[in-house]
Amino acid sequence: MINLRDKGAETWEKWGRPQRIAFAVILIAVVGLLPFGGDFSFTSFLNTPVSSYQAVLVYPVGMFVLMALGLNIVVGKSGLLDLGYVAFFAIGGYTAGLLGEYTHLNTWEILPIGMAAAMVAGVALGLPTLRLRGDYLAIVTLGFGEIVRIVALNTQSLGASTGIAAIPTPPKTFGLIFDIEHSNSYFWVVLVMILLVIWMVRRFTVRRPGRAWEAIRQDEDVAILMGVPILKYKIWSFSIGAAIGGAAGVIFASKTQYVAPNEFTFNVSVLILACVVFGGMGNIWGVVLGGVLLAYLPERIRFISDARQLVFGLTLVVIMNLRPDGILPRKKREKLGAKAKALKEAASE
Amino acid sequence: MNFSVVTSQFWQLLLNGLAVGLIYVLISLGYTMVYGVLRLINFANSEIFMIGTFATVIVSSQVLHYTSAHEALHGFHLILVLLLLLVVSMVFSATTAIVVELVAYRRLRAKGTNRLASLISAIGTSIVLSEGVRILTKSAPVPTPRLLSKFNIVTFHGVSLRVDTALVIVGALVLYFIVDRFVSKTLLGKAIRAVSMSEDTSKLMGINLNRVISATFLIGGLVTGAAAFFYMQVYETTVFNVGFNLGLAAFTAAVLGGIGNIRGAFYGGLTLGLFEEFASAVIGGQWKSVTVFTVLVLVLLLRPNGLFGEAITQSRV
Repeated sequence: MINLRDKGAETWEKWGRPQRIAFAVILIAVVGLLPFGGDFSFTSFLNTPVSSYQAVLVYPVGMFVLMALGLNIVVGKSGLLDLGYVAFFAIGGYTAGLLGEYTHLNTWEILPIGMAAAMVAGVALGLPTLRLRGDYLAIVTLGFGEIVRIVALNTQSLGASTGIAAIPTPPKTFGLIFDIEHSNSYFWVVLVMILLVIWMVRRFTVRRPGRAWEAIRQDEDVAILMGVPILKYKIWSFSIGAAIGGAAGVIFASKTQYVAPNEFTFNVSVLILACVVFGGMGNIWGVVLGGVLLAYLPERIRFISDARQLVFGLTLVVIMNLRPDGILPRKKREKLGAKAKALKEAASE
Repeated sequence: MNFSVVTSQFWQLLLNGLAVGLIYVLISLGYTMVYGVLRLINFANSEIFMIGTFATVIVSSQVLHYTSAHEALHGFHLILVLLLLLVVSMVFSATTAIVVELVAYRRLRAKGTNRLASLISAIGTSIVLSEGVRILTKSAPVPTPRLLSKFNIVTFHGVSLRVDTALVIVGALVLYFIVDRFVSKTLLGKAIRAVSMSEDTSKLMGINLNRVISATFLIGGLVTGAAAFFYMQVYETTVFNVGFNLGLAAFTAAVLGGIGNIRGAFYGGLTLGLFEEFASAVIGGQWKSVTVFTVLVLVLLLRPNGLFGEAITQSRV
């Protein structure tokens, strides 16, 4: 199969600055105009059986892309398996719910608070557990995700099983109205957040934190020997991922105006993780593609409603067997690859 | 908070906790053995358990035509039927486990890919199994006919040992003992232990890796199936997602005792079962999972290699 990822990277390498800027602007414009793409007769197939195409673009598609990008920092970049990412999403959502109910803060003011709350939770969870190796972290995060849900379910002031309703929508900003009729406004907000995250991750990747994460992912012991303060960078990775999850939660709560424990089950964590691995761990474009596909497909095939999850499970198995590194895998280290090849050839002779 | 329960019902809670704990022991054996050889959480283990519970129901109601109105069985007949159900449940679970290994793990292992890919394909298999059963059962809980009349064997100072509790305790202990002996005494058991210590070295020693891994899944499946049978004798209904919480608890138990280690699963399962029983008596059943996970986090914080700390060489390279 052709390696789309390398081909894309090659083309990008060849371009000069003006071409790159032009490409980015066109791409952003096209994505920004996506909500209007469902208006024509020949694109009406994009509309999903239950909700309109515009609404689906915000949740689940936009939200899942955003969260998958956040989780990608944790799982893809630093190799920390987090199975309870939904906890941060829930913390963001509940922060928006509580603050919206008891204070007069608007969504834009709540957004940083929700992110901070999720970050604090991330650090609090990370400090004891990030010293542990992979699978213990996986089970602790899984447990954390369940704890957050169960606490919400059993606490009366958090609305117990009914959750918090009537969460205020964001105020009119830059002439955009935010309510149930105007999904597009939310889409653009999510898009801006996605772009910010992509920009941030790209910056990180070429700088010290990104290199530290890469070192941790490849071999923790070697990273320690090389003087990488691994706990510090693991916690950074964890809490940045958490903050993005929290941000998604705040926007989600203000969009649906309602949060309840049953929206934050383990399945959501699995789905987000699936987006990351399915698309191609560690590669931003793969993760975006994975998020779009895995969020959109289940909505689109709602007509086979009962077997929807079944088909989803089958897809996961089949794709992982065909392309274990995801649809758009991360770039392999060429030098290393070449060296290994040379060694292999030398060994076979 | 009601601490007086602990003292007033101590022995009753202890017995019930033992029964729950021993079911955990059996399920966590499945997790811990697979983890030992593959270093992977077998996410489909909860579905392997679920298939076992449904096998029990289907055979007793569809094949043997017992209904819920049927009178409880006695004597030799009862033992025969229970044994048959146990075997059926084990066989179904083991078959599922083998299929899961073939579908979700083997191809990916042959390609030598990253562990997360196998994890996702295992999650995919698990979704397929549980969703398949959900569609077939229309999400409804399925009761099993009661074959074992639930009388108390002995009642002593208000503490009663019910016959199903006794059955679980004895049966699970026997099974655990068999697995433990098998892994420590037989050649195949030795091979399993070798693979869990070092995959590469055992390959060099001429161990057929695929065979050992299949055997591990088989044993894990058999034990998980037995756990499913015992579970059905106590709780008598099953549902498509029955395995989720139990699987979570069993995995916690495995970690608690030090994952990759069979004795660890035993101690971890018992500890967790007892702790859960007492904790839910004190602070209420709805907080059960929270207390369990809080304990887990504390254990990992203070004793990262599990409560009993002997698992280091087997679980970590």
